[in-house]
Amino acid sequence: MIDAVFFYFFAALVLGGGVLTITRRNAVHSAISLIVSLIGVAGIFLLQQAEFLFAVQIVLYVGGIMVLFLFVIMLVNLDEASRMRQFNRQWLAALAAAGLVGAEIGYFVYKGASAFRLPLPAAAGAEQAGNVQRIADVLFSDYLLPFELASVLLLAAVIGSVVMAKKRV
Amino acid sequence: MYPVTTVHYLVLSVALLLIGTVGVLTRRNIVVILMSLELILNAVNINLIAFSNHFKHVSGQIFAIFVITVAVAEAAVGLGILIAMFRNKPTVQADEIELLKW
Repeated sequence: MIDAVFFYFFAALVLGGGVLTITRRNAVHSAISLIVSLIGVAGIFLLQQAEFLFAVQIVLYVGGIMVLFLFVIMLVNLDEASRMRQFNRQWLAALAAAGLVGAEIGYFVYKGASAFRLPLPAAAGAEQAGNVQRIADVLFSDYLLPFELASVLLLAAVIGSVVMAKKRV
Repeated sequence: MYPVTTVHYLVLSVALLLIGTVGVLTRRNIVVILMSLELILNAVNINLIAFSNHFKHVSGQIFAIFVITVAVAEAAVGLGILIAMFRNKPTVQADEIELLKW
């Protein structure tokens, strides 16, 4: 029972924050709504027994990316933009996407959890190691090459963003 | 509505993906478009984590870590491009940047 309460609470945070993010006129309000949404996603991670990702989500998204966004909002003057028209004229494409997904969600609400058939869940075995240790075991053995490639990607992103933001290259 | 199954998490993920898509398609402010991209990537992460817990296999969480890595790189480079662009043409409206349009 308690997990259902927490699920719906965090789902409300995620969806409410998301809707506010894309509808607010002021970009700072959008960013704060996005923080609420990302904290909700972190709670969802915790409910799904991904404790490491919960911590990563809080530290990296809420602490890192959002500060980056707020810095850029500060650098780029958005006062003028908040007085202009907020939406472009692509509402037809957005309506098509919303209709498609809305039909799926409506079908789910109508039929309940049996609406979509998933393969049977794996049996919860006795796990000797904790979440972080299991992630580390797999990450540094099976996924070692992607891990190293991710470091190259981050290096490229660091150099790229510095070069982009410099006044004179 | 009860008990909460994996399907609930998948539907939450698809709803968040929809919100992000609508944001990318309809907003004019580039900063808000980048925020909507973060929403989309978070929807993907919820999906990966739900299946990771469903199959009791940790690979989904590894993929989510990589998705977060790419999201960080994308945000940093995207905001750097935004600052560089703002220096040349002081606007943040996506449909006013039309130099390459015909």
